[in-house]
Amino acid sequence: MKTLSLLLAGIAALAAMPAAAETVAITGGRVVIGDGSAPIDNGTVVIRDGRVVAAGANVPVPAGATSVDAHGKWVTPGLVAGFSRLGLVEVDAVDETNDSRAPDSPFNAALDIAPAINPMYTAIAVNRAAGITRAIVSPGTGRHSIFAGQGAIIDLGGDMQPITRARAFQYIEMGENGAENAGGSRAAAYVMLRNALREARDLRLPAAARRPNGPDGSPDNPYIQGNAARSDDVLLTRFDAAALVPVLEGTQQLFVHVERASDILQILALRQEFPRLKLVLVGAAEGWRVADRIAAAHVPVLANALNDLPASFEQLAATQSNIGRMRAAGVEVAIGMLNDNDTRQIRVSTQYAGNLVALTRVPGATGLSWDQAFAAISGTPADIVGLGDEIGTLRPGRHADVVVWDGDPLELSTGVDAVWIDGVRQSLTNHQTELRDRYRQSREGALPHAYDPRQ
Amino acid sequence: MFNKLRIVLTAATAVGLAACANQSPPPSASAAAPHSSAPRYVPPDDPYPSTYHPYPSTPTAITGATVYDGEGARIENGTVVMAGGQIQAVGGPDTPIPEGATRIDGRGLWVTPGVIDVHSHLGDYPSPEVSALADGNEATSPVRPEVWAEHSVWPQDPGFSRALANGGITTLQILPGSANLFGGRGVTLRNVPARTVQAMRFPDAPRGLKMACGENPKRVYGRRNQMPSTRMGNIALARETWQRAIEYRERRARDPNTPRDFAMDTLVDAMAGRVLVHVHCYRADEMANMLDMAHEFGFHIASFHHAIEAYKITDLLRENDTCAAMWADWWGFKMEAYDAINENIPMVHNGGACAIVHSDDPNGIQRLNQAAAEALADGRRMGINIPDEVAWRWLAINPAHALGIDSQTGSLRAGKRADVVLWNGNPFSVYTRPQEVWIDGALMYDMNNPRMRPVSDFELGQPGEGDTK
Repeated sequence: MKTLSLLLAGIAALAAMPAAAETVAITGGRVVIGDGSAPIDNGTVVIRDGRVVAAGANVPVPAGATSVDAHGKWVTPGLVAGFSRLGLVEVDAVDETNDSRAPDSPFNAALDIAPAINPMYTAIAVNRAAGITRAIVSPGTGRHSIFAGQGAIIDLGGDMQPITRARAFQYIEMGENGAENAGGSRAAAYVMLRNALREARDLRLPAAARRPNGPDGSPDNPYIQGNAARSDDVLLTRFDAAALVPVLEGTQQLFVHVERASDILQILALRQEFPRLKLVLVGAAEGWRVADRIAAAHVPVLANALNDLPASFEQLAATQSNIGRMRAAGVEVAIGMLNDNDTRQIRVSTQYAGNLVALTRVPGATGLSWDQAFAAISGTPADIVGLGDEIGTLRPGRHADVVVWDGDPLELSTGVDAVWIDGVRQSLTNHQTELRDRYRQSREGALPHAYDPRQ
Repeated sequence: MFNKLRIVLTAATAVGLAACANQSPPPSASAAAPHSSAPRYVPPDDPYPSTYHPYPSTPTAITGATVYDGEGARIENGTVVMAGGQIQAVGGPDTPIPEGATRIDGRGLWVTPGVIDVHSHLGDYPSPEVSALADGNEATSPVRPEVWAEHSVWPQDPGFSRALANGGITTLQILPGSANLFGGRGVTLRNVPARTVQAMRFPDAPRGLKMACGENPKRVYGRRNQMPSTRMGNIALARETWQRAIEYRERRARDPNTPRDFAMDTLVDAMAGRVLVHVHCYRADEMANMLDMAHEFGFHIASFHHAIEAYKITDLLRENDTCAAMWADWWGFKMEAYDAINENIPMVHNGGACAIVHSDDPNGIQRLNQAAAEALADGRRMGINIPDEVAWRWLAINPAHALGIDSQTGSLRAGKRADVVLWNGNPFSVYTRPQEVWIDGALMYDMNNPRMRPVSDFELGQPGEGDTK
């Protein structure tokens, strides 16, 4: 029942997306599907009513379609930020504008970032202009818990409906950060995790409440009702415990940030105790050291692409070959951004993916093929969050998130010509582009720049 | 080394010392010379001198490559000859190659001067980023020109080797952080592995003075309810300090027995041009204030660092002969980075000012060539058409100029240090990496030879030791 209600909730959220009635045919470009297949020259992409109708060679252009000539261009799915904090922050160091974490909240796992997303933030517009159309958005942890709360999948469209899927996953810290959050050691982090999942398991619903009276994890989660029995001996608030029920039951993914090889193995072992956990590893800088074990556990990974410094003692073995080696071992791995840039610089994902291709020409390194690298920032992250049927590729039926580029999208010199999200052509202007246009000549004319005509 | 602790005994200086006995002489002098007959301490010109020497090299000629000389010239099917640690010749296919020189077939490859980063904290904020090694900010007073970044540099920072192997970095300036208005002296290093920072120091390179304006100093000290807590406090305290330096300089000129003040010495050296001033500054209005301050007190600002809004004042930068060292695309992480634009670097260049690509980051330093490529492309999309070989100035001769070492490195000119990168493709492509890197003509990195991949002491015995990274 729970599983069903979650699925229904997800479908309902997706169905609420705005749709454009327009039919658009983008013709003549080099088409990338985003699923790891090779680019298709002189391809056509047809979108209608906010969905992809067809993409590839020999695709007929429907009568009445608005035609976009993409000869000499590349046409790809919009990119999916595999891990980010997009939409939660306007200026990182201006606390008032930063909803990425709640250091002093009495709640943790129950935090739901969906209502905090502001689709009008500059970072949304800036990253949209760089071809990012969807993002996996995670909260960060507060001071005293390993549980950050529930992340969302969003789109970067210039409208007021950013949420693709709310409460898509729970995010926890289990390495050095988790140890600190839990009180000072990894042992404390593990007992905090075990205790929390047990408290979730011990929540008992009266029979009458055992019905799908609301989507799992939502504010209607039946486990938050006062009549769900609890022990007197609890650490979590009722809201937090209730929020972990879907994690425990495997209806909500559990994103776990760990870097160290030994920490990764400990997380994989959690499923012996909690067999229904749907784990996703985040970070995993030393994943390559235990790649076969991750692959055997069928746990996907959202990894930083280019970390190659022993920035901490939990990533001594960091190498840019991490993603390539994990993938070669059979791990499903996408590029995420778990660092100081995760609120606003997802646009460098193309550069990072391109660098993984560069590694294929460095003896001793392991990179990705171009096709794999592009998928690592489009189809693969969508698959990892269970939305591969909806976003991330240009397969028929997917949301019509399409980008036209003036060259190879992974190349540094390439720019974005056009972006559609849900079939709606998007504005590519933002604070930065308007400043650029204002200051083409830095010296002012007869009147100050503030009077310059604007477009 | 011979002049490191030079002690000279003369009757004249002994008299001088006696004359200033009431002025509390420096501790070293008082400890060494309690009596009027004691030796007079004469400070060495450079108390922490470079012990760097070029590593062994063999005459080497790269042929058939695309060459960017770092000053704006491009040679197709070019030849670069290194001998004796220096660039011997740069030219076309008819360039003479000395007998016995190692020949490298550079067809399909690119040759550039080594990349120079004017703003790095490798060694003073090293990896691993633990507080025990965080030595970049002497944040105990907003005025700390007496500290020297080189005394914080940990030569075993693994970041140096990443910058070499992935970024082709051959020279870099390590600066103190920006917590203070006067952060201290920066040091310019050769990017060679070494046991000591002295063995990395670029011989004869002037030291830098790191200053900062804007949010960082006022935040750090404002939180302590201490000056500066505002931008006007930043400027006021900086002015008071420069004024103090001028009075110190005049007092020293009048009376050579004036007690030494290491903080003031740095500022006096800066006013004399012996130490080059580099200012962490984001906003256009603040850079303008700092340029006025430089005029007020008679120092020159070699470069603004970060310079997020340099594009708004390219005319001021050009007129003041002040470089702007910038990121390609950093923005929004703090309020003073709010007006960042992707075209900052090409717009500064286009405005006739000196543009530099810098990193301030142990990851970014591995990809300065990529940052330049992005900025270049963004500039072209707005109609600023700068050729690739001219844009390479941002990574080569321009940073060398800002560091005062442009007569020694920063371009492939005969007689200069042979700091050379051979790239395995177009260095403005994301698919390209350094194939070989030479510093003073010595091969220090070879992509195809695992033994030519430096491994720091810290990495020995650790997982991933000697990996490609």
